[in-house]
This record gives sequence, structure tokens and C-alpha cells, in this order.
Amino acid sequence: MRSLILSTAVHLLFGLMILFSLFLLLRGHNLPGGGFVGGLVAAIAFTLFAIADSAAAVRRVLRIDPRYLVVAGLAVALLSGLFKAAAGMPYLTGAWVHPGGLPLGTPLLFDVGVYLTVVGSVLTLVLTMEEER
Amino acid sequence: MSWWPVLPILVPLTTAILGFAAMRSLRAQKVISIIGAAALLVVSIGLLDRVWGGGILVAQMGNWPAPFGISLVADALSAAMVFITGVIGIAVAVYSLADIDRRRNAFAFHPLLHVLLTGVCGAFLTGDLFNLYVWFEVMLIASFALLVLGGGRAQLDGAVKYVALNLISTLLLLSAVGLLYGMTGTLNMADLHLKVQEVENTGLLTAVAVLFAVAFGIKSAVFPLFFWLPASYHTPPVAISAFFSALLTKVGVYALIRTFTLIFTHDVGYTHTALLAVAALTMITGVLGAAAQNEIRRILSFHIVSQIGYMVLGLALFTPLALIGAVFYILHHIIVKANLFLISGVVNRTAGSFDLDALGGLYKSRPFLGVLFLIPALSLAGLPPLSGFWAKLILIKASLELEAYVICAIVLLVGLLTLFSMTKIWHEAFWKPRPVPRENPFAAAVVGRREMALLMTPIVALASLTVAIGLYAEPLMDLSAQAAAQLLDPSDYVRAVLGGVP
Repeated sequence: MRSLILSTAVHLLFGLMILFSLFLLLRGHNLPGGGFVGGLVAAIAFTLFAIADSAAAVRRVLRIDPRYLVVAGLAVALLSGLFKAAAGMPYLTGAWVHPGGLPLGTPLLFDVGVYLTVVGSVLTLVLTMEEER
Repeated sequence: MSWWPVLPILVPLTTAILGFAAMRSLRAQKVISIIGAAALLVVSIGLLDRVWGGGILVAQMGNWPAPFGISLVADALSAAMVFITGVIGIAVAVYSLADIDRRRNAFAFHPLLHVLLTGVCGAFLTGDLFNLYVWFEVMLIASFALLVLGGGRAQLDGAVKYVALNLISTLLLLSAVGLLYGMTGTLNMADLHLKVQEVENTGLLTAVAVLFAVAFGIKSAVFPLFFWLPASYHTPPVAISAFFSALLTKVGVYALIRTFTLIFTHDVGYTHTALLAVAALTMITGVLGAAAQNEIRRILSFHIVSQIGYMVLGLALFTPLALIGAVFYILHHIIVKANLFLISGVVNRTAGSFDLDALGGLYKSRPFLGVLFLIPALSLAGLPPLSGFWAKLILIKASLELEAYVICAIVLLVGLLTLFSMTKIWHEAFWKPRPVPRENPFAAAVVGRREMALLMTPIVALASLTVAIGLYAEPLMDLSAQAAAQLLDPSDYVRAVLGGVP
């Protein structure tokens, strides 16, 4: 069933929700937010898109199989812990750089990994179920 | 600060990621899986080598100091469990090359197996109660997926029971962790060891201890919380049930042993006596349940329950010798039980059934398989000179030292009944003449030479391990003694984790 209201609203909201999910992801280090919540918001955006349009449309927008997002996310999270390994520090020790006073560190990278994993696994579930209907 | 306790988690996780990345090619997945399992075995041997002789390795994740961050701790018990996980991991990985069909492989069987290995190793190595809960979750998710993989009706039916009971256990564990945190303000196990001694409301502490015992008890399938196990373990493919039966319940037993030696020792008279009753009832009900079954995998599943009783018994008696027995028993049992399940798979492949009524004459057609079956079967029952004999001997000696004659009698009786069950399988499947098949006389598929080699290699390896432990029990005994000493006197553990704190 296609609903004109839903599909118009989703097309307007989609970009906003993705933007909000990225905002949550970046905010997460010291304030409420983070990769998990951000990933869920992004996944909801894609899910709404799938309901309003179709699962195939979501796959077209995504370009890659959501399962590979899980792989990429896990790999990024795993690697983010290894940055200080050469310095003999334990796993997951944060490494930081400050380009122009902006603190960037491996915990953010870890969060990006979580974000990708959450988006990928939720979408794998949702799209599979959507296509089986 | 050491990397060794992290590696047994990172290696299978990396393997799983690479396997998922190669989801287009089954061949690549298999190659990655075998290499990853071999790497895990190597890493676990390295870890065992480093903690041998009383060393305790600690890694503080993220370089946060001990009570605040998550610590990974490898003492003798953890390292031994990780080592045996590595052994079973590679055995099952090789076996599954021939056992898992194409459809299940396409659903990422091998990567999921390594996710499960990650969870198991993580649970053995963590020094943090909440982190333990997280590893249980990792294990659960992976095991749900493996249990229903490519499933038919029976498999889904078993999985629903498994999932429901394990979710209850997980909820209990989470609330117990929350209560304990509320009372002590810490989740680090070494820190908890010190903090619980300052808790004034010991009644509440005992209540929390019982909550933990119930949560881990469901996981390790002790009386009266075991019924999910025989209901689900016989449904998935043999490689999966072998892995589950060898390791998953033992993670629960490990968690019981860890928490009830390190944290909850304030009221041994109450908690450990309760555990003793549970252990005795578990042994008896498990073995009686097995006697009533007529399907090989169901018999073996009930025997897991009864054998769990022996391990909990070792913890409950709470003497140095009894703990040595418990650790030895776990290590021996993991090898033997995995092997029995793997053999049941070969029986099914060659004779076309798991049902004892439909089987027969296997000794005539495959005498070598018969011998290979007898080794773990007699070891399970505790006949000398196999590994199970030493395991039972230590426990009997420990119970005699405490003058617990009733317990000693139960141990002997259950051993006898186990022998009865094993001879039943032997007689029905191997010795009696093959019954005339009612329908489809050609049900037994011809197993190719290469496939057979893949199936038999892990079985032969595990059987020789059983014999080797039986004939030369000294190293394993030594390891168990080290583990038991560290469990009974956690001061080294606490010092290693918390650093300077006495």
C-alpha cells in the first residue's frame, strides 16, 4: 500500500534524520548520544524510506549490501583499538590529534564503527523481512 | 601490561569479520575459518605458556586503571579454559567442513562459529562482571543464529526453548549485577572481592549470591533448570551440537566457579551447601533421564547435565582437592563430550540414523569407529586408564576426606549408571545385528573418502588426547592444581588486577 502523505513526509524528513543521526554520533563523546543511538536513528530513516517506497529503493540509495556495512563497522571498531599498540599501550587506548584545536580521537572512530554496525544489522533485518512479504 | 589476554578475543573476531567480508565465496570462508581456528589455538597455547607456574596476566582496556575500566585477566583457570576452547574450536571447524551442508554454509556458518568463539573466550577472560554479561550476550546471539541456521520445524522448536530460558537467565544475571553494583559500587571482580567483605547486610548479599547461582545455573543446566538442554541440543547439525555441548554449559560452570570463589565466600556454609544439594540432584536426574532415552544425541545431552553435577560438586565441596577435581573434570569433559557428539554424527552419516532401534552392526562394518567410540564413552563413565577415571577419583577422594559418604556413594552410583548408558549405545549401535530396515534400505549415504577423513581427523585427535591425559595425567593435574590454588587464595588475583592495593 502506497500512502502519498507518508511518502511525501519521508522524502522531506529523510535527509534531516540522517543529519540528526550524524549529529548524535559526533555529540556522543561527552554528551548523550553516540554511535549506537545515531545508528538507530539512521536505521529508522532508512526503514521509513523502505515502508514509504520499497526495499529495492533503499538498496539503490544505499548502493552497498547492508551486510557489508556490518563488516565495515566491525572492522573499523576493531582497528580503532589498535592505534596505540605500537607504543605498547593496551587495546582500545585512545590516540588523539588536535588539528586546529579540534580534538579528534580513536574513540570517535570506534563510535563510527558502532554506527555502521547498527545501521547495517538493523537494515539487514528490516530489508529481509520487507522483501519476504 | 600484556597483550596476551586480548589476543584470544581479537583473533576469532578478526576471523569472523574476514569471513563475513568473504560471504560471496564459501571456499574463502572455509579457508579463513580454518586458519583463524588454528591461529586461536596457537594464541591460546601462548597464553597458557605465559601463565604456567602461577603467573597472572592482566590487560586494562583503554589504559583505564583497574576498578574503573574493564580488566581482562588470565589466571591458570582462564588460560586453561581458553586453551581447551582453542582445541575444540579447530576440531569443530575441521569437522564442519564435511558436516555442514551448502545451505547452512551460505548463511555464514563459519563466521558465526567464530563470533561464538569470541564470546566464549571473552567470558573466560574478563575480570569485570558487567563485561561478563556482555560476553554472555555475544554468545547468545551467535548461538541463537547457529541453532536456527537453515532450520526445519524441530530445530526451531528446540531453539525457542533455548532462547526463552536463556533470556530469563540473562535478565536474572543483569538484575543480580545491578543489585551487587548498588551494594558495593564496583563491578570489577577483584575489587568486588575486597568490597563485599565490607558489606554489612550479609543477608541481602546471600540473596544476590543465590540470584547469581540461579542465573549461571540456567546457563550451565543444573537441576532443576536443565530442561532446555535436552530439548534443544539434539536438533541442530552435529558440529553445532558438539560445540554447544562442549563449551556453552561450561561457560556457566566457569562463571559459577569464578564468582563463588572470588566474590561470594562470605557464607560458605549456606551457599555452598545449597550448591552441593543441587550438584547431587543434577547428577542423579541427568543420568536417570539418559537411561530413559533411545536416541544417541538425547542420551548424550542428558549426560551433559549429569556431568555438570560433578563439576558443581567440586566447587560445592570447596576444598583444595575438590576444586582441583572440578577444574580437571571440566577440561576432561569438554574433550570427551565434544568427541562423543562428533562420533554420533559419523554414526548417522554411515548408518543413516541417530535412533538406537534403527542402528546395529556398526562394529562389523566399521570396527575402527567402534574403538574410537569406546575411548570417550568409557572415559565418560570413568574407567581407568582414561581421563575420566582421574577426574572421578579426585572428586571421590575429596568427598571421602570430608567424610561426605552419601555424596561419595552418589558419585560412584552415577558413574555406574553412566557406564550402563554407554554400554547401551555400544550394544545397540555397534554390537547387535543390524535390524532389517523397514523403509528405504539405502538411506545411509555413501560418505566420500575425503569427507570421511575430515570427519575422522578431529575424532582421532580428541580420542588420542583423552588417552594421553589418562596415561599421563601429570601436566593437566599440575595445571588444575595451580588453578585451584589461585581460586582458593585470590590475593594474587586481586593484587595482579588492582596493582599496588594489598
